[in-house]
Amino acid sequence: MGTTLTFAKALNTALADEMEADPTVVVFGEDVGALGGVFRITDGLTARFGEERCFDTPLAESGIMGMAVGMAMNGLRPVVEMQFDAFAYPAFEQVVSHVAKMPNRTRGKVKLPLVIRIPYAGGIGGVEHHCDSSESYYAHTPGLTVVSPATVPDAYTMLREAIRHPDPVVFLEPKKLYWSKEDLELEALRSSAGSFGRAVVAREGTDATLITYGPSVSTALNAAAAAAEEGRSLEVVDVRSIVPFDDETVSASVRKTGRAVVIAEAPGFASVASEIVARVQERCFHSLAAPVLRVTGFDIPYPAPKLEHFYLPSVDRILDAVDELQWEDA
Amino acid sequence: MTISTGSPWHGSMQEPAGGADLDARRAVEAYMLPSAEPVRLVDPEGRHVHNDTYPLPDGGALLSAYRELVVGRRVNDQANALVRQGRMAVYPSSHGQEACQVAAALCLGAGDWLFPTYRDTVAVLARGVDPIQALTLLRGDWHSGYDPYEHNVSIQATPLATQLLHAVGVAHAAKLRGENTVVLAMCGDGATSEGDFHEALNFAAVFHLPVVFFVQNNQYAISVPLSRQSVAPSLAHKAVGYGMPGERVDGNDLAALLAVLGKAVDRARDGGGPALVEAHTYRMQSHTNADDATRYRTDDEVAQWVPRDPLQRMRTYLSELKLLDGAVEEDIAGEAERVATALRDGLNAETQVDPEDLFRHVFSEQTSQLREQAAKLREELSREEPSAHGSGA
Repeated sequence: MGTTLTFAKALNTALADEMEADPTVVVFGEDVGALGGVFRITDGLTARFGEERCFDTPLAESGIMGMAVGMAMNGLRPVVEMQFDAFAYPAFEQVVSHVAKMPNRTRGKVKLPLVIRIPYAGGIGGVEHHCDSSESYYAHTPGLTVVSPATVPDAYTMLREAIRHPDPVVFLEPKKLYWSKEDLELEALRSSAGSFGRAVVAREGTDATLITYGPSVSTALNAAAAAAEEGRSLEVVDVRSIVPFDDETVSASVRKTGRAVVIAEAPGFASVASEIVARVQERCFHSLAAPVLRVTGFDIPYPAPKLEHFYLPSVDRILDAVDELQWEDA
Repeated sequence: MTISTGSPWHGSMQEPAGGADLDARRAVEAYMLPSAEPVRLVDPEGRHVHNDTYPLPDGGALLSAYRELVVGRRVNDQANALVRQGRMAVYPSSHGQEACQVAAALCLGAGDWLFPTYRDTVAVLARGVDPIQALTLLRGDWHSGYDPYEHNVSIQATPLATQLLHAVGVAHAAKLRGENTVVLAMCGDGATSEGDFHEALNFAAVFHLPVVFFVQNNQYAISVPLSRQSVAPSLAHKAVGYGMPGERVDGNDLAALLAVLGKAVDRARDGGGPALVEAHTYRMQSHTNADDATRYRTDDEVAQWVPRDPLQRMRTYLSELKLLDGAVEEDIAGEAERVATALRDGLNAETQVDPEDLFRHVFSEQTSQLREQAAKLREELSREEPSAHGSGA
């Protein structure tokens, strides 16, 4: 019998299941205790596992991150919550100079099995500093594993896999998806082997590939559905794991379709989307019928709520880009 | 591993100030305040100074510590020489601060943790880390050359104050498991201006963790004097703002350092929570060999610290006690020379670096991207090998 779960509840269930399975898992951050997190992702964990396993910290992100490093050095598996994308920036030095580098600095003697959960990206009418797509900063830092789920089942399995991962994982949660729902078989999911680090074909198609991740996957699927009505078959690849990047799945799709559009909310300049375009051109050049295009955010600070719909990749903008892929029938 | 649930999670909750409680509150605050002058048990002339709070460590303990002091000075001198000979890229010397270095290592038990900075090589060695492994960073072979778990010594931090938070995390994990571990976290006066210093002390206090924060105030952050870092009455006074005791100590007095740090460590181990200890000392040499201290301080200023040298006063004191004589001095000098010789031999030996190491430890499992890049470098190197550079092909 299936269960209807929100994305947020799937994350909450993953945390609870992993805390149950592994007594070294500890959860902490700002408002994650009694309140259960501003998005309720840690709801009920303190009540169930006690204040020692899920607790509030002083309001200091570098402190949260630095303490997590030490706890991971000393046998625990910390899962920390950065309350919002832009509020993670005070922790940036700890992330870049220590979380990412410690295993390498010590030739693997010190492992840091920790997870940095970051609600990110826009589409919820949030005020400034609450809607940044910050994935490129982390993806650019060697040593960080960077993933972003786009579906309810992935929210559950990817978070559990991230907590079990031997290296630090930046776990980016598209906050516009927190309230999305799916029917799923939770027990089957609990026992299923995941595919951490791999991309998936979220919709099969033959004419062009939409490559995307996190908050833009649902937009790309909507675009593919609209294109199908006009007789164009678009494949959608959900990257899932930005680092490591699954060149194999992405390249196989583009070689099959011969055309590609990369979609992401973040400003396009020097971004993950730029990297994906470069990788596809390097690997699939001889299969390409048209230049790989991008539909990304503009190169501007994230807009105010009443302006964000001008900024975000939309179905129409994706379909316009698809139209530009040098179709022979055009 | 399980996490104990018996221990009190938070420190004592603060009650609002009011009438009858006020005196008690003031007493608590007074107890957090450092002493009026830095604690001193042996003065620069080598005479014992009585202190009601801190008894003098016994002669045997002082003699063993003095041995480490002499070795530490020799290590500093030898490392400087090795930089001049091109065997190390750079060496931030703790010359003049060796008493702090030695006391930091000796006040801890085997299961405790030390979090050193880049200037604390002597402390790292006094804790038992292999000298050649410890100098790997400065030699340039790798970023850190020793296994932190072998002697519970974290890697030497070059960013400032960031390691204090790691120390807090190690202590926090130990507390959750009900382990009796104490963590000593070192930093300098300049690092007290960093945000992570504040966050580390506050986290340690709020979670009531067994961390001793040990600030070596050597008066300079490269060229910038203490007066530009802080106008607080002392760095130790900052402790009060976090709700922990602060103490200041003559950083060139090995006996006082052992007493003050020892008390802070014991208190932390007994569940008393964190403490901040500030040692007043002086960086006798430049920041590193790449620095020129004559641009920002006078020779007269440096000269004033020469008579306060940590070795001389301990030598005088121990000689007066008849614990130190020519034979013992000779024995200690011999040991220092053996360490120096080992350093010289180890650093003069050619080492091989392996380019494959570049990709080996970034992730537990190498990504396909790194495998490709490693293969590319391997291929590049295989093309270069047959002919030497400059063969003019």
